Amino acid sequence: MNEVLILGEVRAGSLDKHTLELLNIGKNLASDLDGGLFVVLIGDGLLAAAKEALSYGPDKVFKVEHALLNNFNADFWLESLEQAVKQINPKILLMSHSFIGMELGPRLACRLDTRLTTDCIDLSINPARGPGEDGLLLRTKPVSGGNAISVFKCQGVPQMATLRANVYKPAKTADSQGEIVDMAPEIDESIVRVESLEIVKEDVIALDKADVVIAGGAGLGDEDGFEILEDLTRVLNKSFNNVMIGCSRVAVDKGWISPDHQVGLTGTIISPDIYVAVGISGAIQHLVGMVQSKKIIAINPDSGCNMFKVADYGVVEDYETIIPLLAKKLEELS
Amino acid sequence: MKKIRIIVCAKQIPDPEAPLSDVSVDAENKEIVVDAPQVINPFDENALEAAIQLKEDTDAKITVLSMGKKVSDTVLRKTLAAGADELILLEDNAFEKLDSHSVACVLADAIRKIDKYDLVLTGRQAGDWDSGQVGLILGEMLSLPCISLARDIRIADGSVAVKKTHPEGYERVRARMPALVTVSNEVGELRYISRTRMLKMLRGAASISSWNSEDFDVACESLMKAEVVELLSPSDMGRDCRFIEGATADEQAEKLAAVFMELR
Ligand SMILES: Cc1cc2nc3c(=O)[nH]c(=O)nc-3n(C[C@H](O)[C@H](O)[C@H](O)COP(=O)(O)OP(=O)(O)OC[C@H]3O[C@@H](n4cnc5c(N)ncnc54)[C@H](O)[C@@H]3O)c2cc1C
Ligand SMILES: Nc1ncnc2c1ncn2[C@@H]1O[C@H](COP(=O)(O)O)[C@@H](O)[C@H]1O
Repeated sequence: MNEVLILGEVRAGSLDKHTLELLNIGKNLASDLDGGLFVVLIGDGLLAAAKEALSYGPDKVFKVEHALLNNFNADFWLESLEQAVKQINPKILLMSHSFIGMELGPRLACRLDTRLTTDCIDLSINPARGPGEDGLLLRTKPVSGGNAISVFKCQGVPQMATLRANVYKPAKTADSQGEIVDMAPEIDESIVRVESLEIVKEDVIALDKADVVIAGGAGLGDEDGFEILEDLTRVLNKSFNNVMIGCSRVAVDKGWISPDHQVGLTGTIISPDIYVAVGISGAIQHLVGMVQSKKIIAINPDSGCNMFKVADYGVVEDYETIIPLLAKKLEELS
Repeated sequence: MKKIRIIVCAKQIPDPEAPLSDVSVDAENKEIVVDAPQVINPFDENALEAAIQLKEDTDAKITVLSMGKKVSDTVLRKTLAAGADELILLEDNAFEKLDSHSVACVLADAIRKIDKYDLVLTGRQAGDWDSGQVGLILGEMLSLPCISLARDIRIADGSVAVKKTHPEGYERVRARMPALVTVSNEVGELRYISRTRMLKMLRGAASISSWNSEDFDVACESLMKAEVVELLSPSDMGRDCRFIEGATADEQAEKLAAVFMELR
């Protein structure tokens, strides 16, 4: 029972990229513990994904399949995962800090009477040999929006954490000697307490795929501000690929734009080639979402605002003046 | 129709939006020092706003629960000014620096004492430790249907109907009450409270009770503190900003356009 178990996620039939990141960190932890690396997959019709998981070299891939697990339903998935984890009894259980992990993590930790640390950026083993060393998982996590980095230690079995996306490199394929193990969860309709009526698909954008992001915040003043930014993206599209609109949380709160555009701690964490912050003050929860951008350009009439501290280029000016002029100049140049 | 009882869990934290210069890390004592006033966690304000909107449509009573070693009623009175009916402060030395599971334990015990309720609302995450766990753990402890990341909440016929955030848009879900819902910012900011109303609420008599561990059945011996092994400053994010100047905005725009062309 020195095993590291990771919850893999499957997207359109193949493993999610962040699952590969988990596989990488999981492998390191397993080798530090001299234990095995296990993967658990939940869903229906998982054979191809399980084979794919095996190609990254884990010792076992548990395939938890059931017709009711076809789409993510927290009640069914939680029950199935709980059953699987109790059977596998790993020392460490890791999930992505994803939509699924954020929901299942805390609920499962409660059911297993253990402690979870969410949104970790690093994980390591406190060795078990010397004094004060206990073999527990050390969980490194940004706190207070990113104002500090805390290393937590918790009691409980399994040791549980969710991992922030895009921090660890994805695993590379490895020799696969592992096996696929089938598990049949005992679930039925009666355990569902939250009924899913409908998934309303919206035109969501994949902000992490953008090369250039033009982001607007409270400083835009109203919804129409985003139209001015749209005009700029149209021009930039002639010179750059994948130009997208981002925003701060306040813009979402005010209902000016949909949440898939939100950059930051509770939005998307991105690192495009160019990030243009328009009317965004630079609160820490926003900064953590974009400071890794290669070049940062800030537009804000307040020369003292935080955004300028992390920017490469700054324009101290009202956006309504500068953005249309910029679009015009770019039009002439491209 | 019967009166609906809504419980909103609200945490008092140092202003998470304080400027970076007002925040420092005391590595020695493993503490974050924030030179800013205490506020209500922003997502809890969203949760309260959702509750008040429900109260506008149905006959509802809103109880705000806040837990800590010491909770300031001056900070929390804002909830009453906004439209909550009652404030219960859970204060005890034993409630200091608890881990998420233990926080949920205390809240669950307090809610069990309240006994009759239909809806428990929490924020999706508290801005001090950014844990995002207490709500869902609480729901599990109380054996309630759990719905996370709500952006719209309605109640009808003993059920709660929620639009919850989904990677592809949103999901419409429904559960029988009592239920637990964690609230995201999309439900909207807490309504504006006029200065006069706020002042009146700060001075006047209000329905505020304070419970310590003896006032309700809380298993103090099982509570655990969060163990911080180390607290570090984040790596420096600062860059040297080149300000683009110009006699006119037109000139600035021209220079900025040149920057884009360079970066191409
Ligand atoms: C737990 C938690 C999680 C959070 N998660 C996120 C997150 O994921 N993403 C996020 O963004 N925030 C997040 N926040 C909120 C964050 O703390 C800030 O409140 C938010 O980022 C501020 O948005 P803003 O910069 O648009 O607004 P403000 O701080 O109000 O700044 C507006 C800026 O616009 C400028 N301005 C005004 N007029 C103009 C003009 N005419 N032209 C140009 N500029 C102008 C002003 O000078 C000001 O700097 C979170 C907060 C908490 C507590
Ligand atoms: N001490 C507390 N008192 C009241 N509510 C709390 C407390 N701690 C957490 N909560 C609630 O749980 C939510 C999630 O908190 P957390 O898991 O700490 O990020 C918060 O948004 C609050 O609604």
